[in-house]
Amino acid sequence: MSDHVSRPFHSLPDPWRWHIGVALFVTLWWMLYRQLSPIAEWIVAAIPVDRHSHTGEALAFFFYDVPKVMMLLTLIVFAMGVVRSYFSAEKTRSLLSGRREGIGNVFAAGLGVLTPFCSCSAVPLFIGFVSAGVPLGVTFSFLIAAPMVNEVALVLLFGLVGWQVALTYLAFGLGIAIAAGFVIGQLHLEGWLQDWVRDIHSGASAPDMPECEGRRMVDRYRLGIEAVREIFGKVWKWILLGIAMGALIHGYVPENLMASIMGAEAWWSVPAAVVLGIPMYTNAAGVIPIVEALLGKGAALGTVLAFMMSVIALSLPEMIILKQVLTYRLIAVFICVVGSGILAVGFLFNLIF
Amino acid sequence: MTTVKVYGPGCKRCETTAQMVRDAAASLGLEVEVEKVTDPKSIAMAGVMSTPGISIDGKLVHAGGLPDKNKLEDWLSA
Repeated sequence: MSDHVSRPFHSLPDPWRWHIGVALFVTLWWMLYRQLSPIAEWIVAAIPVDRHSHTGEALAFFFYDVPKVMMLLTLIVFAMGVVRSYFSAEKTRSLLSGRREGIGNVFAAGLGVLTPFCSCSAVPLFIGFVSAGVPLGVTFSFLIAAPMVNEVALVLLFGLVGWQVALTYLAFGLGIAIAAGFVIGQLHLEGWLQDWVRDIHSGASAPDMPECEGRRMVDRYRLGIEAVREIFGKVWKWILLGIAMGALIHGYVPENLMASIMGAEAWWSVPAAVVLGIPMYTNAAGVIPIVEALLGKGAALGTVLAFMMSVIALSLPEMIILKQVLTYRLIAVFICVVGSGILAVGFLFNLIF
Repeated sequence: MTTVKVYGPGCKRCETTAQMVRDAAASLGLEVEVEKVTDPKSIAMAGVMSTPGISIDGKLVHAGGLPDKNKLEDWLSA
Protein backbone atom coordinates (compact mmCIF):
# COMPACT_ATOMS: atom_id res chain seq x y z
CA MET A 1 0.00 0.00 0.00
CA SER A 2 2.96 2.29 0.61
CA ASP A 3 4.52 1.94 -2.83
CA HIS A 4 2.67 4.78 -4.52
CA VAL A 5 4.62 7.73 -3.19
CA SER A 6 8.37 8.14 -3.55
CA ARG A 7 11.22 9.31 -1.40
CA PRO A 8 9.96 11.87 1.16
CA PHE A 9 7.34 9.32 2.06
CA HIS A 10 9.92 6.92 3.42
CA SER A 11 11.29 9.45 5.85
CA LEU A 12 7.89 9.66 7.54
CA PRO A 13 7.36 7.76 10.77
CA ASP A 14 5.66 4.41 10.34
CA PRO A 15 2.16 5.29 11.62
CA TRP A 16 1.92 8.23 9.22
CA ARG A 17 2.81 6.06 6.27
CA TRP A 18 -0.09 3.84 7.27
CA HIS A 19 -2.50 6.76 7.75
CA ILE A 20 -1.60 8.15 4.33
CA GLY A 21 -1.72 4.72 2.74
CA VAL A 22 -5.20 4.09 4.14
CA ALA A 23 -6.43 7.55 3.06
CA LEU A 24 -5.03 6.99 -0.43
CA PHE A 25 -6.65 3.60 -0.64
CA VAL A 26 -10.05 4.98 0.39
CA THR A 27 -9.79 7.77 -2.21
CA LEU A 28 -8.88 5.34 -5.00
CA TRP A 29 -11.64 3.04 -3.82
CA TRP A 30 -14.21 5.82 -4.03
CA MET A 31 -13.11 6.90 -7.52
CA LEU A 32 -13.26 3.36 -8.84
CA TYR A 33 -16.57 2.60 -7.12
CA ARG A 34 -18.29 5.50 -8.86
CA GLN A 35 -17.16 4.19 -12.25
CA LEU A 36 -18.40 0.63 -11.79
CA SER A 37 -21.55 0.94 -13.87
CA PRO A 38 -19.83 2.31 -17.04
CA ILE A 39 -17.06 -0.28 -16.64
CA ALA A 40 -19.62 -3.11 -16.46
CA GLU A 41 -21.45 -1.80 -19.55
CA TRP A 42 -18.13 -1.53 -21.36
CA ILE A 43 -17.23 -5.14 -20.57
CA VAL A 44 -20.63 -6.42 -21.69
CA ALA A 45 -20.40 -4.35 -24.87
CA ALA A 46 -17.06 -6.02 -25.60
CA ILE A 47 -18.70 -9.46 -25.43
CA PRO A 48 -20.53 -10.36 -28.65
CA VAL A 49 -24.04 -10.74 -27.21
CA ASP A 50 -27.14 -8.60 -27.54
CA ARG A 51 -27.29 -6.35 -24.47
CA HIS A 52 -31.05 -6.75 -24.26
CA SER A 53 -31.14 -10.51 -24.60
CA HIS A 54 -31.47 -12.82 -21.57
CA THR A 55 -27.75 -13.54 -21.72
CA GLY A 56 -26.94 -9.84 -21.99
CA GLU A 57 -29.09 -9.01 -18.95
CA ALA A 58 -27.52 -11.81 -16.95
CA LEU A 59 -23.97 -10.75 -17.90
CA ALA A 60 -24.56 -7.09 -17.10
CA PHE A 61 -25.94 -8.07 -13.69
CA PHE A 62 -22.94 -10.29 -13.03
CA PHE A 63 -20.22 -7.83 -14.11
CA TYR A 64 -21.76 -4.97 -12.18
CA ASP A 65 -22.66 -6.81 -8.98
CA VAL A 66 -19.51 -8.87 -8.47
CA PRO A 67 -17.03 -5.94 -8.37
CA LYS A 68 -19.51 -3.80 -6.46
CA VAL A 69 -20.01 -6.37 -3.72
CA MET A 70 -16.30 -7.20 -3.55
CA MET A 71 -15.37 -3.53 -3.20
CA LEU A 72 -17.99 -2.82 -0.56
CA LEU A 73 -16.91 -5.89 1.38
CA THR A 74 -13.24 -4.89 1.29
CA LEU A 75 -13.89 -1.45 2.72
CA ILE A 76 -16.45 -2.40 5.35
CA VAL A 77 -14.67 -5.55 6.54
CA PHE A 78 -11.45 -3.55 6.88
CA ALA A 79 -13.25 -0.85 8.87
CA MET A 80 -14.92 -3.43 11.09
CA GLY A 81 -11.59 -5.18 11.62
CA VAL A 82 -10.12 -1.91 12.90
CA VAL A 83 -13.18 -1.23 15.11
CA ARG A 84 -13.14 -4.78 16.51
CA SER A 85 -9.49 -4.40 17.54
CA TYR A 86 -10.82 -2.21 20.37
CA PHE A 87 -12.95 -5.08 21.68
CA SER A 88 -12.30 -8.57 23.00
CA ALA A 89 -14.39 -11.37 24.45
CA GLU A 90 -12.78 -10.77 27.87
CA LYS A 91 -13.59 -7.07 27.85
CA THR A 92 -17.16 -7.71 26.71
CA ARG A 93 -17.61 -10.26 29.45
CA SER A 94 -16.50 -7.89 32.16
CA LEU A 95 -18.85 -5.26 30.71
CA LEU A 96 -21.74 -7.71 30.87
CA SER A 97 -21.16 -9.67 34.06
CA GLY A 98 -23.64 -8.92 36.78
CA ARG A 99 -25.64 -6.61 34.55
CA ARG A 100 -29.41 -6.66 34.96
CA GLU A 101 -31.66 -8.31 32.41
CA GLY A 102 -33.23 -5.83 30.05
CA ILE A 103 -30.51 -3.25 29.71
CA GLY A 104 -28.05 -6.16 29.80
CA ASN A 105 -29.73 -7.72 26.77
CA VAL A 106 -29.47 -4.46 24.85
CA PHE A 107 -25.76 -4.15 25.71
CA ALA A 108 -25.11 -7.78 24.85
CA ALA A 109 -26.73 -7.54 21.42
CA GLY A 110 -24.75 -4.39 20.59
CA LEU A 111 -21.50 -5.91 21.82
CA GLY A 112 -22.30 -9.08 19.88
CA VAL A 113 -21.92 -7.04 16.71
CA LEU A 114 -18.67 -5.35 17.79
CA THR A 115 -16.79 -8.15 19.55
CA PRO A 116 -14.60 -10.40 17.40
CA PHE A 117 -16.42 -13.71 17.34
CA CYS A 118 -15.93 -16.99 15.53
CA SER A 119 -18.69 -19.57 15.74
CA CYS A 120 -16.03 -22.23 16.43
CA SER A 121 -15.47 -20.72 19.88
CA ALA A 122 -19.16 -20.43 20.74
CA VAL A 123 -18.97 -23.11 23.45
CA PRO A 124 -15.95 -21.79 25.39
CA LEU A 125 -17.39 -18.30 25.10
CA PHE A 126 -20.76 -19.44 26.40
CA ILE A 127 -19.15 -21.11 29.40
CA GLY A 128 -16.83 -18.18 29.98
CA PHE A 129 -19.77 -15.80 30.10
CA VAL A 130 -22.07 -17.92 32.25
CA SER A 131 -19.35 -18.87 34.74
CA ALA A 132 -18.41 -15.22 35.23
CA GLY A 133 -21.95 -14.29 36.21
CA VAL A 134 -23.31 -13.01 32.92
CA PRO A 135 -27.04 -13.89 33.11
CA LEU A 136 -28.14 -16.71 30.77
CA GLY A 137 -30.56 -14.52 28.82
CA VAL A 138 -27.91 -11.83 28.33
CA THR A 139 -25.47 -14.46 27.07
CA PHE A 140 -28.07 -15.60 24.57
CA SER A 141 -28.62 -12.06 23.32
CA PHE A 142 -24.90 -11.93 22.56
CA LEU A 143 -24.83 -15.33 20.89
CA ILE A 144 -27.84 -14.54 18.69
CA ALA A 145 -26.66 -11.09 17.61
CA ALA A 146 -23.05 -12.07 16.88
CA PRO A 147 -23.69 -14.27 13.84
CA MET A 148 -26.97 -12.72 12.66
CA VAL A 149 -26.04 -9.05 12.55
CA ASN A 150 -22.71 -9.21 10.78
CA GLU A 151 -21.10 -6.82 8.37
CA VAL A 152 -21.09 -9.29 5.49
CA ALA A 153 -24.89 -9.61 5.61
CA LEU A 154 -25.33 -5.88 5.97
CA VAL A 155 -22.93 -5.01 3.14
CA LEU A 156 -24.59 -7.46 0.78
CA LEU A 157 -28.08 -6.24 1.63
CA PHE A 158 -26.93 -2.65 1.21
CA GLY A 159 -25.14 -3.29 -2.06
CA LEU A 160 -27.68 -5.59 -3.68
CA VAL A 161 -31.04 -4.59 -2.24
CA GLY A 162 -30.72 -1.09 -0.80
CA TRP A 163 -29.83 0.80 2.36
CA GLN A 164 -33.38 0.92 3.70
CA VAL A 165 -33.54 -2.86 3.80
CA ALA A 166 -30.03 -3.11 5.28
CA LEU A 167 -30.93 -0.69 8.05
CA THR A 168 -34.22 -2.44 8.78
CA TYR A 169 -32.40 -5.76 8.92
CA LEU A 170 -29.91 -4.30 11.40
CA ALA A 171 -32.70 -2.95 13.60
CA PHE A 172 -34.78 -6.12 13.54
CA GLY A 173 -31.76 -8.41 13.90
CA LEU A 174 -30.78 -6.57 17.08
CA GLY A 175 -34.44 -6.53 18.14
CA ILE A 176 -34.73 -10.31 17.87
CA ALA A 177 -31.47 -10.83 19.77
CA ILE A 178 -32.60 -8.51 22.58
CA ALA A 179 -36.15 -9.86 22.82
CA ALA A 180 -35.24 -13.55 22.50
CA GLY A 181 -32.50 -13.22 25.13
CA PHE A 182 -34.86 -11.36 27.44
CA VAL A 183 -37.58 -14.02 27.11
CA ILE A 184 -35.09 -16.84 27.73
CA GLY A 185 -33.84 -14.94 30.78
CA GLN A 186 -37.36 -14.55 32.16
CA LEU A 187 -38.00 -18.28 31.83
CA HIS A 188 -35.15 -19.00 34.32
CA LEU A 189 -33.84 -22.08 32.58
CA GLU A 190 -30.43 -22.20 34.27
CA GLY A 191 -31.34 -25.72 35.44
CA TRP A 192 -31.50 -26.86 31.84
CA LEU A 193 -27.81 -26.39 31.21
CA GLN A 194 -25.71 -29.53 31.07
CA ASP A 195 -24.67 -30.51 34.59
CA TRP A 196 -20.95 -29.94 34.19
CA VAL A 197 -21.55 -26.37 32.98
CA ARG A 198 -23.30 -25.54 36.25
CA ASP A 199 -20.47 -27.13 38.19
CA ILE A 200 -17.87 -24.72 36.91
CA HIS A 201 -20.23 -21.83 37.46
CA SER A 202 -18.04 -20.12 39.97
CA GLY A 203 -14.84 -22.02 39.26
CA ALA A 204 -12.49 -21.16 36.42
CA SER A 205 -11.70 -17.56 35.78
CA ALA A 206 -9.72 -16.31 32.85
CA PRO A 207 -6.72 -14.11 33.40
CA ASP A 208 -7.14 -10.64 32.00
CA MET A 209 -5.98 -10.42 28.45
CA PRO A 210 -5.09 -6.78 28.09
CA GLU A 211 -3.82 -7.22 24.52
CA CYS A 212 -6.52 -5.09 22.93
CA GLU A 213 -5.57 -2.11 25.12
CA GLY A 214 -1.94 -1.87 24.15
CA ARG A 215 -2.44 -2.04 20.42
CA ARG A 216 -0.95 0.68 18.28
CA MET A 217 -2.89 2.11 15.36
CA VAL A 218 -0.58 0.23 13.00
CA ASP A 219 -1.56 -3.05 14.66
CA ARG A 220 -5.22 -2.13 14.22
CA TYR A 221 -4.75 -1.48 10.50
CA ARG A 222 -2.97 -4.80 10.22
CA LEU A 223 -5.90 -6.53 11.95
CA GLY A 224 -8.22 -4.84 9.47
CA ILE A 225 -6.23 -6.22 6.54
CA GLU A 226 -6.11 -9.62 8.23
CA ALA A 227 -9.93 -9.53 8.54
CA VAL A 228 -10.31 -8.72 4.83
CA ARG A 229 -8.01 -11.60 3.90
CA GLU A 230 -9.85 -14.03 6.13
CA ILE A 231 -13.37 -13.04 5.07
CA PHE A 232 -12.46 -13.12 1.40
CA GLY A 233 -10.82 -16.52 1.76
CA LYS A 234 -14.08 -17.77 3.25
CA VAL A 235 -16.72 -16.10 1.13
CA TRP A 236 -15.42 -15.33 -2.37
CA LYS A 237 -16.66 -18.53 -3.94
CA TRP A 238 -20.05 -18.13 -2.29
CA ILE A 239 -20.36 -14.63 -3.62
CA LEU A 240 -19.40 -15.67 -7.16
CA LEU A 241 -21.76 -18.64 -7.05
CA GLY A 242 -24.55 -16.67 -5.44
CA ILE A 243 -24.31 -13.78 -7.88
CA ALA A 244 -24.02 -16.15 -10.84
CA MET A 245 -27.24 -17.85 -9.69
CA GLY A 246 -28.77 -14.47 -9.09
CA ALA A 247 -27.78 -13.41 -12.60
CA LEU A 248 -29.36 -16.52 -14.11
CA ILE A 249 -32.60 -15.93 -12.24
CA HIS A 250 -32.40 -12.26 -13.18
CA GLY A 251 -32.00 -13.01 -16.87
CA TYR A 252 -34.12 -16.11 -17.37
CA VAL A 253 -36.80 -16.63 -14.74
CA PRO A 254 -40.01 -14.89 -15.83
CA GLU A 255 -41.19 -11.86 -13.88
CA ASN A 256 -43.59 -12.65 -11.01
CA LEU A 257 -43.00 -16.39 -11.12
CA MET A 258 -42.09 -16.20 -7.44
CA ALA A 259 -45.03 -14.00 -6.53
CA SER A 260 -47.44 -16.92 -6.24
CA ILE A 261 -45.21 -19.09 -4.05
CA MET A 262 -43.22 -16.47 -2.16
CA GLY A 263 -45.44 -13.41 -2.42
CA ALA A 264 -47.02 -11.52 0.46
CA GLU A 265 -50.43 -13.07 -0.16
CA ALA A 266 -49.20 -16.55 0.62
CA TRP A 267 -49.12 -16.23 4.43
CA TRP A 268 -47.75 -19.73 4.95
CA SER A 269 -44.65 -18.87 2.97
CA VAL A 270 -43.06 -17.15 6.00
CA PRO A 271 -43.17 -20.17 8.35
CA ALA A 272 -42.19 -22.38 5.44
CA ALA A 273 -39.16 -20.16 4.79
CA VAL A 274 -38.10 -20.38 8.45
CA VAL A 275 -38.41 -24.16 8.58
CA LEU A 276 -36.60 -24.52 5.27
CA GLY A 277 -33.77 -22.33 6.55
CA ILE A 278 -32.92 -24.39 9.67
CA PRO A 279 -31.15 -27.37 8.07
CA MET A 280 -29.41 -25.07 5.60
CA TYR A 281 -26.07 -23.79 6.70
CA THR A 282 -24.19 -21.20 4.78
CA ASN A 283 -22.98 -17.73 5.52
CA ALA A 284 -24.75 -14.54 4.54
CA ALA A 285 -22.63 -14.23 1.41
CA GLY A 286 -24.08 -17.32 -0.19
CA VAL A 287 -27.71 -16.44 0.49
CA ILE A 288 -28.03 -12.78 -0.28
CA PRO A 289 -27.42 -12.68 -4.04
CA ILE A 290 -30.18 -15.28 -4.38
CA VAL A 291 -32.28 -13.16 -2.05
CA GLU A 292 -31.90 -10.17 -4.34
CA ALA A 293 -32.82 -12.11 -7.46
CA LEU A 294 -35.87 -13.65 -5.76
CA LEU A 295 -37.01 -10.20 -4.69
CA GLY A 296 -36.63 -8.94 -8.23
CA LYS A 297 -39.04 -11.64 -9.35
CA GLY A 298 -41.81 -10.80 -6.96
CA ALA A 299 -40.98 -12.74 -3.80
CA ALA A 300 -42.07 -10.80 -0.71
CA LEU A 301 -39.29 -9.11 1.25
CA GLY A 302 -40.44 -10.44 4.64
CA THR A 303 -40.49 -14.01 3.40
CA VAL A 304 -37.04 -13.72 1.89
CA LEU A 305 -35.56 -12.06 4.97
CA ALA A 306 -37.12 -14.67 7.27
CA PHE A 307 -35.46 -17.32 5.15
CA MET A 308 -32.13 -15.55 5.35
CA MET A 309 -32.28 -14.99 9.12
CA SER A 310 -33.26 -18.58 9.66
CA VAL A 311 -30.35 -19.84 7.56
CA ILE A 312 -27.86 -17.67 9.44
CA ALA A 313 -29.18 -17.70 13.02
CA LEU A 314 -30.83 -21.10 13.34
CA SER A 315 -28.56 -23.73 11.92
CA LEU A 316 -28.33 -27.41 12.64
CA PRO A 317 -24.52 -27.53 12.98
CA GLU A 318 -24.68 -24.77 15.55
CA MET A 319 -27.28 -26.74 17.54
CA ILE A 320 -24.93 -29.70 17.54
CA ILE A 321 -22.14 -27.53 18.93
CA LEU A 322 -24.44 -26.03 21.56
CA LYS A 323 -25.63 -29.51 22.57
CA GLN A 324 -22.39 -29.79 24.52
CA VAL A 325 -23.57 -27.13 26.95
CA LEU A 326 -27.35 -27.07 26.60
CA THR A 327 -29.92 -29.81 27.12
CA TYR A 328 -32.34 -30.65 24.30
CA ARG A 329 -35.12 -28.89 26.16
CA LEU A 330 -33.15 -25.67 26.28
CA ILE A 331 -32.22 -25.97 22.59
CA ALA A 332 -35.91 -26.46 21.77
CA VAL A 333 -36.80 -23.32 23.72
CA PHE A 334 -34.00 -21.46 21.91
CA ILE A 335 -35.30 -22.52 18.48
CA CYS A 336 -38.90 -21.64 19.39
CA VAL A 337 -38.09 -18.22 20.80
CA VAL A 338 -35.73 -17.16 18.00
CA GLY A 339 -37.97 -18.77 15.39
CA SER A 340 -40.99 -16.79 16.64
CA GLY A 341 -38.93 -13.62 16.47
CA ILE A 342 -37.99 -14.34 12.86
CA LEU A 343 -41.61 -15.17 12.01
CA ALA A 344 -42.75 -11.87 13.50
CA VAL A 345 -40.12 -9.98 11.48
CA GLY A 346 -41.15 -11.82 8.32
CA PHE A 347 -44.83 -10.97 8.70
CA LEU A 348 -44.05 -7.41 9.72
CA PHE A 349 -41.81 -6.81 6.69
CA ASN A 350 -44.45 -8.19 4.37
CA LEU A 351 -46.86 -5.74 5.93
CA ILE A 352 -44.57 -2.70 5.71
CA PHE A 353 -42.83 -3.08 2.35
CA MET B 1 11.57 -28.49 28.08
CA THR B 2 8.71 -26.08 27.56
CA THR B 3 5.17 -27.33 27.22
CA VAL B 4 2.95 -25.21 25.00
CA LYS B 5 -0.77 -25.84 24.81
CA VAL B 6 -2.79 -24.56 21.88
CA TYR B 7 -6.50 -24.31 22.66
CA GLY B 8 -9.00 -24.56 19.83
CA PRO B 9 -11.63 -26.92 18.45
CA GLY B 10 -9.50 -27.69 15.41
CA CYS B 11 -10.37 -25.00 12.93
CA LYS B 12 -7.83 -23.76 10.43
CA ARG B 13 -6.61 -20.91 12.58
CA CYS B 14 -5.77 -23.28 15.43
CA GLU B 15 -3.66 -25.42 13.10
CA THR B 16 -1.86 -22.31 11.88
CA THR B 17 -1.24 -21.19 15.45
CA ALA B 18 0.25 -24.55 16.44
CA GLN B 19 2.55 -24.39 13.43
CA MET B 20 3.55 -20.82 14.31
CA VAL B 21 4.52 -21.98 17.79
CA ARG B 22 6.68 -24.77 16.36
CA ASP B 23 8.32 -22.41 13.88
CA ALA B 24 9.01 -19.76 16.52
CA ALA B 25 10.51 -22.38 18.83
CA ALA B 26 12.66 -23.75 16.04
CA SER B 27 13.97 -20.31 15.14
CA LEU B 28 14.85 -19.68 18.79
CA GLY B 29 16.46 -23.10 19.05
CA LEU B 30 14.12 -24.06 21.88
CA GLU B 31 12.80 -27.51 22.50
CA VAL B 32 9.06 -27.39 22.99
CA GLU B 33 6.27 -29.87 23.21
CA VAL B 34 3.14 -28.60 21.50
CA GLU B 35 -0.09 -30.07 22.76
CA LYS B 36 -3.39 -29.31 21.10
CA VAL B 37 -6.46 -29.05 23.32
CA THR B 38 -9.59 -29.52 21.23
CA ASP B 39 -12.23 -30.52 23.78
CA PRO B 40 -14.52 -27.51 24.33
CA LYS B 41 -14.90 -28.37 27.99
CA SER B 42 -11.16 -28.33 28.59
CA ILE B 43 -10.82 -25.15 26.56
CA ALA B 44 -13.42 -23.46 28.71
CA MET B 45 -11.88 -24.82 31.93
CA ALA B 46 -8.55 -23.23 30.98
CA GLY B 47 -10.30 -19.88 30.86
CA VAL B 48 -10.04 -19.46 27.10
CA MET B 49 -13.09 -17.77 25.59
CA SER B 50 -11.93 -16.95 22.12
CA THR B 51 -9.83 -19.44 20.24
CA PRO B 52 -7.08 -20.08 19.41
CA GLY B 53 -5.53 -19.65 22.85
CA ILE B 54 -1.95 -20.37 23.91
CA SER B 55 -0.54 -21.31 27.28
CA ILE B 56 3.15 -21.76 28.03
CA ASP B 57 4.04 -23.98 30.96
CA GLY B 58 0.54 -23.61 32.31
CA LYS B 59 0.36 -19.83 31.97
CA LEU B 60 -2.18 -18.43 29.53
CA VAL B 61 -0.53 -15.84 27.30
CA HIS B 62 -2.89 -15.37 24.39
CA ALA B 63 -6.52 -15.80 23.38
CA GLY B 64 -8.37 -14.97 20.21
CA GLY B 65 -6.96 -14.76 16.71
CA LEU B 66 -3.55 -15.55 15.35
CA PRO B 67 -0.72 -14.50 17.66
CA ASP B 68 1.79 -11.85 16.66
CA LYS B 69 5.02 -13.52 15.55
CA ASN B 70 7.32 -11.24 17.55
CA LYS B 71 5.23 -11.52 20.70
CA LEU B 72 5.19 -15.28 20.34
CA GLU B 73 8.98 -15.33 20.39
CA ASP B 74 9.00 -13.06 23.44
CA TRP B 75 6.64 -15.36 25.32
CA LEU B 76 8.64 -18.44 24.41
CA SER B 77 12.00 -16.99 25.41
CA ALA B 78 10.69 -15.45 28.66
